[in-house]
Amino acid sequence: MSRRYDSRTTIFSPEGRLYQVEYAMEAIGNAGSAIGILSKDGVVLVGEKKVTSKLLQTSTSTEKMYKIDDHVACAVAGIMSDANILINTARVQAQRYTFAYQEPMPVEQLVQSLCDTKQGYTQFGGLRPFGVSFLFAGWDKNYGFQLYMSDPSGNYGGWKSAAVGANNQAAQSMLKQDYKDDITREEAVQLALKVLSKTMDSTSLTSDKLELAEVFLTPGGKVKYQVCSPDSLSKLLVKYGVTQPAAETS
Amino acid sequence: MECVFGLVGNGFSILVADTSAVHSILVHKSNEDKIMVLDSHKLIAASGESGDRVQFTEFIQKNVSLYQFRNGIPLTTAAAANFTRGELATALRKSPYMVNILMAGFDKETGPSLYYLDYIATLHKVDKAAFGYGSYFALSMMDRHFHSGMSVEEAIELVDKCIIEIRSRLVVAPPNFVIKIVDKDGAREHAWRETVKETTAPPSA
Repeated sequence: MSRRYDSRTTIFSPEGRLYQVEYAMEAIGNAGSAIGILSKDGVVLVGEKKVTSKLLQTSTSTEKMYKIDDHVACAVAGIMSDANILINTARVQAQRYTFAYQEPMPVEQLVQSLCDTKQGYTQFGGLRPFGVSFLFAGWDKNYGFQLYMSDPSGNYGGWKSAAVGANNQAAQSMLKQDYKDDITREEAVQLALKVLSKTMDSTSLTSDKLELAEVFLTPGGKVKYQVCSPDSLSKLLVKYGVTQPAAETS
Repeated sequence: MECVFGLVGNGFSILVADTSAVHSILVHKSNEDKIMVLDSHKLIAASGESGDRVQFTEFIQKNVSLYQFRNGIPLTTAAAANFTRGELATALRKSPYMVNILMAGFDKETGPSLYYLDYIATLHKVDKAAFGYGSYFALSMMDRHFHSGMSVEEAIELVDKCIIEIRSRLVVAPPNFVIKIVDKDGAREHAWRETVKETTAPPSA
């Protein structure tokens, strides 16, 4: 096509497209998928891990899920190093808000603020866009539980359930079929695991290939972000029939 | 000398301010409204250097409006008070705003509240507060007569007691006061207490 309009992000092609932004979205289409589902009593985020070496220190680092503030977390899909920069930016923005207002930053405002940063890289500076899509999950007193998806263009939307990364179209249509408005958090976990298992390339799903995190309210009313441990995740995968239980050794 | 004071009652907050604009020994006007309506459910009463007073309170008011336009939701009184304090604090070590502020508001979830902010960026959430020479009298009267959960009538009685003390005991007492109230129905002017009326026509020959 018009390759001469590829080199600068800050110009339109004659057809009115921003190629670098589109290429960024292509890059994300090859990355590990992530799914988010909004339920009445929480938000569920599930991610497919691409790096699955036994040598990886899973207890201390996560690949897909990150906590932005006490009341907001996100799942990433795309270039990890780009994601790290944006996650740090989001964390600073959240703290800056709390410093000024002594209140947690409303989730949509945080997403909007980060997306404004992303948009800047599509308009000026001559720098390439970030090759990351996010799924933000959080709670605030204005709108309760919320799920937002954002992409390299700086666009974002509020969703009941969304998918990013590899096979996100297939995942999204599966979610559209099975999602119901009054879904509970437990049902949402089940749905997310089911959909992810169908869209992932690997033949067998084990807990070391996935990450699962939930954002919910404790009985005391505080927002909690919890990453599922590998053991509980394995049990859940068996419970929902996504993996076969380990064979009994005779 | 400027007098500003306020208190929290049962489901409402009240702010009272004198209404004289003074320059050295000259009284420019005695109907200057020093209590600004910050948004539908917040009031801000300011005393101090007159240029700073208007400039700073308008700046805060416009920022509060901007937040609401941008985000579709209003700031809580606590958030607005903390934001204001932050602005005072940032300017403090450069070019301080010589303004003392009482911010009163009503939030649906938390009810009425009153915040004390002085010109060196102190912030306190309080039930009653006062600034200026009149504070010596107003605070003493409130210490004696205030109790939490007062009705509007009881609160206005206490306000009038404070005004009487200020008028009778302060050597250069301001003659007129404005009283504003904020409750679940919003922020509005409640009453004036005038002893000197601004003249609009020259005296008849």
